[in-house]
Amino acid sequence: MPEWSGYLTLILQGALVTAQLTLFGSVLALLAAFTAGLGRIAPWWPLRWLATLYIEFFRGTSIYVQLFWAYFVLPFMGISLSPLAAGVLALGLNVGAYAAEVVRGAILSVPKDQYEATVALNLTKVQRMRHVILPQALPLMLPTFGNNAIELLKATAVVSLISLTDMTFQAQIVRAQTGSTLVPFAMILLLYFAMALVISTLVRKLERRMTRGLEGVR
Amino acid sequence: MQWNWAFVAEITPTLLQGLKLTLLITLLSAIVAAVLGLVFAIARRSPNRLVARPVSFLVEFIRGTPLLVQLYFIFYVLPDIGILLPPLVAGVIGMGLHYATYTAEVYRAGIENVPRGQWEAARATNLTTRQTWVHVIVPQAVPPMIPALANYLIAMFKETPLLSAITVLELMNQAKSVANSSYRYIEPMTMVGVFFLGMSLVSVVILRWLEHRYGRLGK
Repeated sequence: MPEWSGYLTLILQGALVTAQLTLFGSVLALLAAFTAGLGRIAPWWPLRWLATLYIEFFRGTSIYVQLFWAYFVLPFMGISLSPLAAGVLALGLNVGAYAAEVVRGAILSVPKDQYEATVALNLTKVQRMRHVILPQALPLMLPTFGNNAIELLKATAVVSLISLTDMTFQAQIVRAQTGSTLVPFAMILLLYFAMALVISTLVRKLERRMTRGLEGVR
Repeated sequence: MQWNWAFVAEITPTLLQGLKLTLLITLLSAIVAAVLGLVFAIARRSPNRLVARPVSFLVEFIRGTPLLVQLYFIFYVLPDIGILLPPLVAGVIGMGLHYATYTAEVYRAGIENVPRGQWEAARATNLTTRQTWVHVIVPQAVPPMIPALANYLIAMFKETPLLSAITVLELMNQAKSVANSSYRYIEPMTMVGVFFLGMSLVSVVILRWLEHRYGRLGK
């Protein structure tokens, strides 16, 4: 019987890396989503065009290709990224492209008379977004954002292929060293599932908080 | 390092071979996902809790865990209990199973959209459960969902590079082996990206046509 406690620590260290990747990736994805989502409905056409290009490009190519490109091709252009940075960059930009469409859809689904009311009340554009549109659009985005975060968590497994020591990578090491396959893989499957459950619970809580006070509005 | 067109011309046939396998894998897994997804969707609605509950859990579990790990599981763990699968088969099963949990949700939406009266009419005309599903519900539930299903077909196409991790020689793996033997990464990786972008642009056109042909849900 091998020393399981040592291997357990190894996998838990990997879990930490996976959690980090998910967290940083989500933050970047959120930023990218709002930038591109708002860019797509901007009144200025070059901005719209740029946002569309970004979204179509990142949704059209596979995340693995993007990851490999960030890690293997960018160094040849003089940009050397650590595996973690390459992972966060590719994951964040990829999921951000999907989330950008969610942002756009949610903002456009706010009824038109809300816009007209802000014009009538002489609010500035920033005030309109901050106080009227976003508070109504955010609760619409949240459930899909939750799904996107889970997709991001699942996509982090791929970074093991660019030698980042995440949970999947560590499981492969344990497999190579112990020859046991069932234990490490079953274990990380359960850990991934647990993380996905944490995300969906958090999102549901956040959703409840955000919709507070909105009853009867919609 | 500079972009080299001669090198691109040299590697294109190898990459095209990979692309062919990628398309084959996508097609086979799509069939698995389409069939298995319907089975999952119907099983989850089963009045027998001993069927519905475990299937629900299984679907949630598969959807909450990464496809890569599932592929490893099928490829490395199953041989221990005597099931030895060739990489391609393992890949198709893994991907089909994973996406079946997504298509199951699509089917569920389609099934819930069949008017209640149809169920009642089936009962009134004394159809068996099997007959109700085969002749009444499924023919009405599936066609409106075809565009949504096609969406997942595109998603699957983009996930095929994962199979390179279990030694299937698809597009990504061909590119990697070319890159590793020539120490040139820019051309193979960029070409893979171009192929994927090209294929998804074509599939978007097909998707538009499907949406036009079968219409959206609720129209």
